[in-house]
Amino acid sequence: METEKKLIGRGELEKLFSHWRSKGKRILAPKKIGAKIDFAAVTTLEEVCLDQVQTVQSAKTAVFPRVEELFSFKNKDGRVEIRERDQGALPETVIFGLRPCDDAAFAVLKAIFNWDSQDPLFSARMEKVAVIGVSCPRADEYCFCTSAGGGPGGTTGSDILLTEIAPGEYLAEIISEKGRVLAGEAAGLKPCPASVSKEAHLAKVEPVFALERVAPALARLFDDNAFWVEQSLRCLGCGACAYVCPACACFDIQDEGGGSGQRLRCWDSCGFGLFTLHTSGHNPRPVQSQRWRQRLMHKFSYMPERQQVLGCVGCGRCSRACPVDMNILEHLRSVAEAKP
Amino acid sequence: METLRNKARELLASKTVQMVIGYGRGSGEAAPARAVFIRAAAEAESLIFDASCQQNLAVYLMKPEVRQLGKAALVATPSALRTILQLAAENQVKDHDLLALAVDAQGEVTPLATLQTIEAHVAALDCNLSAGEKTELQKYVALDPEQRRQFWQEEFARCLKCYACRGACPLCYCSRCTVECNQPQWIPVPAHDLGNLEWNVMRAMHLAGRCVNCGDCSRACPVGIPLYLLNQRLLSEVLANFNFRSGMAAKADNAMSTFKPDDPEDFIR
Repeated sequence: METEKKLIGRGELEKLFSHWRSKGKRILAPKKIGAKIDFAAVTTLEEVCLDQVQTVQSAKTAVFPRVEELFSFKNKDGRVEIRERDQGALPETVIFGLRPCDDAAFAVLKAIFNWDSQDPLFSARMEKVAVIGVSCPRADEYCFCTSAGGGPGGTTGSDILLTEIAPGEYLAEIISEKGRVLAGEAAGLKPCPASVSKEAHLAKVEPVFALERVAPALARLFDDNAFWVEQSLRCLGCGACAYVCPACACFDIQDEGGGSGQRLRCWDSCGFGLFTLHTSGHNPRPVQSQRWRQRLMHKFSYMPERQQVLGCVGCGRCSRACPVDMNILEHLRSVAEAKP
Repeated sequence: METLRNKARELLASKTVQMVIGYGRGSGEAAPARAVFIRAAAEAESLIFDASCQQNLAVYLMKPEVRQLGKAALVATPSALRTILQLAAENQVKDHDLLALAVDAQGEVTPLATLQTIEAHVAALDCNLSAGEKTELQKYVALDPEQRRQFWQEEFARCLKCYACRGACPLCYCSRCTVECNQPQWIPVPAHDLGNLEWNVMRAMHLAGRCVNCGDCSRACPVGIPLYLLNQRLLSEVLANFNFRSGMAAKADNAMSTFKPDDPEDFIR
């Protein structure tokens, strides 16, 4: 559908929140939790925090929770009964206040979970999620969306994208059918004069590396051990980067409960020593430098090749969350600039 | 700062060490300093030392790919010095394995070449909890058990099990952590309430009598769980009950796994 433009004020947005609540929808939005700002369930617009450049974690938990039951099983007299997860019980969710980079990350997750077969649980969750993004008025030195194919006002992945054009006054771009339904629920959407443009209200994010150089450089650098050791010496081998990433989708399967219990899907990270460790004891990536290489290769080489999508949206969360300042932007720049 | 750089240049030029592990400028505007691994005298100018140099660099002594680079001089805060002694007490570093460059807030550098000299240096430091830490801990201890349970339930509900706390901890050096053993599975892998509680309690207990209160676990935690409260509580208990402080001596028994025939407690005999 063609993007429709409307104007909406804070007052109308507040009404929308109470409307969604009355329909039993879950609203996830950036909220202050202790000293951090993260996505959490909210009931009013008042609770929502939009001053930050980014939340600590992404909103991927809405479609890919850190732990989720795939099915349960019961061992009865030697026969195993499987009970599928009731997908009807999944909550209708509105995610409000995502940045355009996060909106775009849903496309990355879709490409992974629906690559060779449709992941039913992920798809069922995705179906029930509507995304209302908010453009970025500011960026910080970790942001690099424009180097990763996006932008501070990018509309990919949003059902509606809001841009604050005056205090409390938003330009609403209605992008999808879901967005049209959401907008239909809003009384008081005003027509948008043709003269209103979002561009003047967006952060300036200059491109910092040439994306087209990254994949070929990675292919050349694959066997250059010294390069990867140098990049990753201070890496601690934790999973903070992967877990805050809106596009990381690696998971591990765990059965809990012995003979009767649940099969769970849990987040996993390529930073861990146990990641891809074989039953034989062989580990294809026995050292941290190789695990770090895997992280960049997967996002910037394997995924574009296999799923035709970049595994990174340039949100910079991994760099902000890293306890030892592994700044992915610096590392990508040095990959892109490595001499052939 | 120049003293530190000169010392690093001298150590590298004379090949006394192959590498200086120190602090360099971090990447962001407000970013704290970050670890650098200096291997040539010419690179020593990137070394800095200021209030943002908080990471306990002793964590890198246990990282295989750093160890492979040869003997290191380590820019060491008081916590890092105590970590070195604790690692020695646990047979993880030997005398002359490394050279510690003790730095104080004024930027004074004291090279400490042996474990004995580190012990002497540490003995002169105030290793008690700071006044602020004491106040916060007292407030926490004053909670009744049910309030404490609720407090941690709320805090651990945010835990992602990213293991940044473990990665950042220089005393979490097990090559295979308990959470990575699944025959049997002691700690549930999923980051649900039980898994998170068991993981964090297990880690705190494993560090009781070993933790030197560097604070890196809490600084590393992306969701801001105040893990230091668990560690400070336990180190206070170990000090009160066993008169033992970790990281003060290169030879020491482990407070939580040592049995003495003359133990004053009846139940243990």
